Parts: sequence; C-alpha cells; structure tokens
Amino acid sequence: MRHLLSTAELTRQQALAILDTAEDMADVSGREIKKLPTLRGRTVVNLFFEDSTRTRISFEVAAKRLSADVINFSAKGSSLSKGESLKDTAQTLQAMGADGVVIRHPASGAPHTLAHAGWIDAGVVNAGDGTHEHPTQALLDAFTIRRRLHGTASRGRDLDGVSVTIVGDILHSRVARSNIWLLALLGARIRLVAPATLLPVGIGSWPVETGFDLDTAVDEGPDVLMMLRVQGERMHDAFFPGEREYSREWGLTDERLARLPEGTMVMHPGPMNRGLEISAAAADSPASTVLEQVAGGVSVRMSVLYHLLAGEES
Amino acid sequence: MAARILLQATDIQRALTRIAHEIVESNHGSSGLVILGIPTRGVFLAQRIGQVLETIEPGSVEVGSLDVTMYRDDLTRHPTRLSNPTQIPPGGIDGKVVVLVDDVLMSGRTIRAGLDALAAIGRPKAVRLAVLIDRGHRELPIRADYVGKNVPSAATERISVRLQEIDAYEEVTIA
Amino acid sequence: MTLRVAPSDRGAVTRIVGATLPDGSRADLAIADGVFVDAASRADRTIDAAGLIALPGLVDLHTHLREPGFEQAETVLTGTMAAAAGGYTAVFAMANTQPVQDTAGVVEQVQALGRRAGYATVRPIGAVTVGLKGVQLAEIGAMAASRAGVTVFSDDGMCVHDPLLMRRALEYVATFGGVVAQHAQDPRLTEAAQMNEGAVSARLGLAGWPAVAEESIIARDVLLAEHVGARLHVCHVSTAGAVEVIRWAKARGIRVTAEATPHHLLLTEDLAEGYDARFKVNPPLRTSEDVEALRAGLADGTIDIVATDHAPHPTEAKECAWAEAANGMVGLESALSVVHAAVVETGLLDWDDVARVMSRAPARIGGLRGQGGAFAIGAPAHLALYDPAARTTFSAGSLRGRSTNSPYLGRELPGRVLHVFHGGVPTVADGELRPIEEVAR
Repeated sequence: MRHLLSTAELTRQQALAILDTAEDMADVSGREIKKLPTLRGRTVVNLFFEDSTRTRISFEVAAKRLSADVINFSAKGSSLSKGESLKDTAQTLQAMGADGVVIRHPASGAPHTLAHAGWIDAGVVNAGDGTHEHPTQALLDAFTIRRRLHGTASRGRDLDGVSVTIVGDILHSRVARSNIWLLALLGARIRLVAPATLLPVGIGSWPVETGFDLDTAVDEGPDVLMMLRVQGERMHDAFFPGEREYSREWGLTDERLARLPEGTMVMHPGPMNRGLEISAAAADSPASTVLEQVAGGVSVRMSVLYHLLAGEES
Repeated sequence: MAARILLQATDIQRALTRIAHEIVESNHGSSGLVILGIPTRGVFLAQRIGQVLETIEPGSVEVGSLDVTMYRDDLTRHPTRLSNPTQIPPGGIDGKVVVLVDDVLMSGRTIRAGLDALAAIGRPKAVRLAVLIDRGHRELPIRADYVGKNVPSAATERISVRLQEIDAYEEVTIA
Repeated sequence: MTLRVAPSDRGAVTRIVGATLPDGSRADLAIADGVFVDAASRADRTIDAAGLIALPGLVDLHTHLREPGFEQAETVLTGTMAAAAGGYTAVFAMANTQPVQDTAGVVEQVQALGRRAGYATVRPIGAVTVGLKGVQLAEIGAMAASRAGVTVFSDDGMCVHDPLLMRRALEYVATFGGVVAQHAQDPRLTEAAQMNEGAVSARLGLAGWPAVAEESIIARDVLLAEHVGARLHVCHVSTAGAVEVIRWAKARGIRVTAEATPHHLLLTEDLAEGYDARFKVNPPLRTSEDVEALRAGLADGTIDIVATDHAPHPTEAKECAWAEAANGMVGLESALSVVHAAVVETGLLDWDDVARVMSRAPARIGGLRGQGGAFAIGAPAHLALYDPAARTTFSAGSLRGRSTNSPYLGRELPGRVLHVFHGGVPTVADGELRPIEEVAR
C-alpha cells in the first residue's frame, strides 16, 4: 500500500491486515518499553492545514513509537497560514526527504492531489480532508468494535452481521463516509439517522438504510450507536432550527440511553458536545467506547504507518 | 532436482524430545524456564518441546511466542510483512531463562531481531537458542545451544520444514 | 498552398477549389480585397479544398479575453489567436475584466485592441450592473452608442439575482435594441458550491451545485421577459430541466435564446472523481442525462447556439486542491472538434446545422452584421476550412492562447481547422496560425 487516502479504496484483505497488525501494536503499547525500531531513520511529516491537536498528537505518538523522526507543520503562524500553496509545501517536503506525509486539509481531495500530482515520492496518509474522508478514524472505530466484541480473539475477524447506526450530520461528516465504506466492506449492516437536511442528496446507491427517527432506531437495538458531532453553525444555514430541537430529536439523551440494550456500544469520534448530540451520562457510561477509541487510535495509526512505510513498495 | 528427505516425522519428534531433555539437563531442572517459539513454525516446535517438558516435570512449563517482524533488518527488501501475535506467559521474562525456538538457523539475523524484541519486553537472566535445523552460513556471531540436526548446505539449496499443525504432512527436505 | 504573392497584397485573388459547403454541395470560392468574389476569376493562389468543409467564420457569443486586468491568463491578442486557431472570426468578449467593461471607455479600449490584433472581430459585451455588483445599472446607453456598438449585456460570472433589477435590466437594454445574457445561478442555493449536486458530490465530499439553482432563475427570467416584452439570452445552459423550461418558453412565444458550451455537450461529472481541477467549471459538468438533453435541445433548436465560455486561468489556479481552484476551461481551439464529436458523429446535427449554431445564429443574436452568411459575392470573406477526416490527440501543443487549462488534453478528437480567413486576411493557413505581423492592422 503506497497511500491511505480513503476507506472506499481498501480491499477487505488490506483492511483486515491493518486491523490485525494494530492488535500487535496494541500489545507494544501495553509494555514498559513502548517502542519498536521498525521505522528508524524514516521521516514522517504531520502536515496539518486544519487545527487538530488530538489527531496530530495521536499520529505523532504512533510515529515515535515506531522510532520514526517526526516533523510538525501546523497551520498557525507558519508559511501555510501565509498562503503558501500545497504544491510549494509539497516540494519543500520532498527536498527534506520526507518518507511519509500525514495531511489534514479543509479541502476535500487535497490528499489525493498531494499523492498523485507527481510532486512528492512520500506515502500519504489522509488525516481528514474537508467533508470527504477520515480513514484512520474509521479504522480505529472498527478496531474498537472488534475488540469490544471479541477481545483478544479479534485477529482475523470481520464485522459480519454487526448492526451499526450512525446519527447526525452525515452530509458534512468525513467520519461518516469513511465508516460507511469500511463497515460495509467488513460485513456490517448500517443505518443512518438524521433530519433530511443533513442527509446528502444522491445516497441511493450507498450500502445503507436511512431514517429520520432516532427513537425507532434505538428500539431496534443496534450493536453500535455512533453519534456524530453536530456544529452549532449549521443552524445559521437553516439545516435545523436550533440546538434545543436538534437535541430533542436526534440527541442521545439519558432516556434513550436507558432504552438501549445492555451490550450496545456508544461511540463518538470526538470532540463531543455534551448535552447536544450526547448527554453527559451517555458519554461517561460503560457503554461509551470513547477512551478505547483514543487508545486504539495510536495502535491503528502505528499499523497504518507500518503498512505504508516499512516494506519495499514504500 | 528432487528433494532429499533429511528428517521424517519420527525423526522430528525424536529430535524435539532429545532437545527437551537437554534443556532440562543444562538448566538443572525446568524451573525458571520460558520457552518462546518464533512464528510461524517455531511456535509449534516450542509447544511440542513444552509438552515433553510437561511429562518430565509436570506443572512447570511456560510456553509462548515471540514475533520478531518489527525488529527485522530487511523489511525494506520485501513486500510489507504481516506481523504475528507475541504471547508472553503471565510470569513475564524478567530473571527467567528464555529459550528461543526456531525451525531453521542460517544467517542468525532472525535471532538477532529476537534478542532486540526480548530486550524491549524485559531482562531475562539468560537467553538460549534451540533450533530443529542448523544449516550454517552465519552472518552474525550467533550460535544455537540445542540443535536437532546439523545440515551443512550450499546457500543456493532450499531447506523446507513441514509440520502437521500447519502443513499436510511432516518432514524436512533439502533441494 | 504556396504564398507566391506577399500576404499584404490584399488585391490578390485566392481561389478555394472543391470545398464542400455546409449543405453538402461542392463549390469553388474566391476571395480578394477582403470579400468573396466570382470563383471564375483568375487566381494568384489556390487552395485545394477537396474533402474540406467550408464554414462561415465561427462566431463565439461567450468568450473571456481577460484583458484588461488578468493578462497573465490571456490578452486580447492571445485570445483572438486562440479563436482563429479554432476557426473563429468573431468573439464577444465578456465584461468581467478589471476594470469591468461597464463604461464606454473600457469597451472601446477592448474593441480597439481586437482591431489592432486583427485575428478576429472583437465585440465587447457590456456589464448589466456597475462593477458586476448587481446593485446599480451600468451606463448601457453609452456603451451601446460607443464605437464598440455594444449589443449584448451580461454580468456573466455573476447572476443578476435581484428580480427587480433583472426586470429593469430587461426593459432598459431593450430600449437600445440589445439583449441581456443571464448567467443563471441562484447565489443562495450555490454558496461555496464545487460541483454538480448528486451521487458523485455526495461521495467525494464536495459541496453541491444543484440543477434547480439554474432552472429556477431561468424560469423566473423567461416569465419576466414575457411580461415586459423583452429579449432574453441564457448563457451556458447545462441541465435537462433548463432545456425543458426554455422549450416551454419558446412554445409560448417568449423571445428567449440559449447557448450550450461544447464541454457541456460532451463531458460529465464523473470526471471530478480524481479531483483534477481542470474539470472544475461553472456551471459544473452534469450527468449523462443532462448531456443527452442538451444535444437533443441543440438539434431541435431549443438551444440556439454553441458558445465556448472560453475561460483561461494560470496554472497555479488549477494545480491545487479542488476547492481552491478557479472555475473554467479554455475552449476556443477545441470547440469545433468537440461539437463534431458530440453531435455530428452521433448523427444529431449535420454541417449546415453546425454553420447555424456556431456562426449564423450567434451573429444574429449578437447583432453582428457581415458574419455568419453564406459566402455571397461581395460579402466580407469570413471563412473556415475544416478537415473532418483528420484525427488528432489534443495536447498543450494544440493550444494557441496563453493558458493551458483544457479538459481535452490527451483526448483524441476528430477534425482539424486548416484555413481561416478573417475579412479576407488569412489568420490560419495549412493548420498553422499566421504570424502577428501579417495579420495586424
């Protein structure tokens, strides 16, 4: 694998290889010496055109645990914020000998352009592009689901028959898109719940069922309930009237939490708007996988960097 | 050229039984021993050695696996390798005598990677090496403490180890 | 063809032998002193036109020449060179320059630049509103009365969105015998839009530009035009729904004309898949159903003309992430070949239809006299000779303007423009542009 730009492009075999290697990486994170020499001498650049401390740190930890050298380019106060173009930045990275570039960018497709324009030789990891995809988030979500279901016997297993309900701003969510392609690839059944204004036009061909009503979806007792972050600004573009109505209709309230079956996982890609799309109690309940998602994130990102940078195709 | 059989199934089992006894003898008993097989086939050999040790001194045996993929020095010369599980017994390896088990010893680089992997996990009292076949052509100063069979070979020859746990039949051949 | 006589000798007679006219008949033509003359006259030079189609010089009602203000992308000189290479003898230059073409002074300047360059007749289009801001009417009367003789008014790039202002514009422009050409795009429905709204945009995570944002403006505008009894021209129609609205309007007797670009007749939204911004354009590439409807509309006359919307951009405006890229494609050099591939090879239009939609009708809509005609003796000699049998792979080398943002690079296209005469002056000969010194006035 040269690049990881989207989960839509992954084969089942590639997805399972990444998840299985992540299991071994998770073991490393449990030891006293949390380091492997595997990417020693490689340079990984974090190219973050959008602020995101959590994701950037996750990638930084992952790269350092593999003994890679890490360089951080972030938006504020750098040449990026002064309008240096993607092409010029890329050529600087090439001259510096970057082996891998982790890029987060506000424009959908920017990682694809970076990977295919012929400006750099490095492997490219998409850490989130506009509203398009966030493949490592989907991979760590799948990793987390697998671990909750099968524990240490997760290796080699897919998500056949697992029911996943994704709730919220699907239209603007790169996390939702990446999750949909990956979950479908691994055999899960996917349902989307949102107001019609937040469901994209043209998803007739997507491998999902859709509905407007969260209570109906909750009563179906899904194995996984994935809540997406909703941005308050959306009410100014008339996607919904306001936070109170959104929370009442599509929020994971204490009352809905109580009606969920015992084993249902409550997931959230973070950062959470406690009280808006998810109640504080739901966020802190044992059903919530939020902390496992963060821990899994480092293991999954170690696995991704390994698969992109360690072998001969790199 | 036709393959020549070096070891049949019974020869393999006999060799492993002898190795197990040698381990117990040089360790003055089986306490403090941790047998770690290097995937893939080293793991099955380690398990079998463990079974023999269990008959000699029941209840004392700790067997596991040590994956060395991430410590290899030749990763960039091959397509991306998939890693395998590392299972260290609950007692850990600190202060223990670790016996690494592999099927074939040649350049010694796999074992070198294994030593680095062990160093990241803990501090054994000693590390020993048991291999089914030692075929020479060392590139590093590594030697096996327990050997099933010494097989002088040309570098171009190929030695295949087949074990029933994973292959259809048991034998070791050279071609 | 050999130029045995100095090109500046305009009295020399050029005979064109064995050309195929748009109606399919074979004929000889002759040019001297800038007009068509009797083909039986003695010739100083001869062009063997066997197998070539003789078209009236093409007329583009929608070109962006970028001068004044954006000369790094194109100038009047380079833009008209590109036009000539594509078989065009006249271009209407859109008003979104800097300063905007909203005064007599600027339009006269642009027209003068075109005259001096000599490659094609340049008719500047006047802005509808000052600065294209959509607030206050521009000095339409002054521009109409100027040496530039403006007849077409457009805020293209921007939509005249305010319904009251559009009503006033339709009425006021009619006062001077002109026509408003509307860029139909409801700005509220297309804020930050990147590509056609549909299955592809949903998957690619690019904000959608819904078809209804074009159709609702056209529907409103044809009703306004009907109410005030004015003419309306619709720029770059791109959706099947828009074609139906226009068909309905014409059936009611509303005096609306419409154009479609070559790229909307050939290309679809799937090309956005690789995020290659060469395919980013406004209005966006749509679905194959829309392409089919536009072709059928062109064939049945609902869509009156083909207009290129030639929109040059410098490389850095296209070699970047899609959302940061500029909208637009260059199209003058490739237009005839693309129309050939899209509607002639598919049997929907014949060459007489092509002469109509790419020369006769645009000249009529723009009020451009002396172009688009049928090679009558004494008429100005605006002519393009096209070899329909050639096939070439379109490349950067096929471009003659200053910018290279063409969606056809690497694509095989039919046909080749071999000779072009602009007022009797050869601008293209044997497939090559004639040099500036020869053509300039």
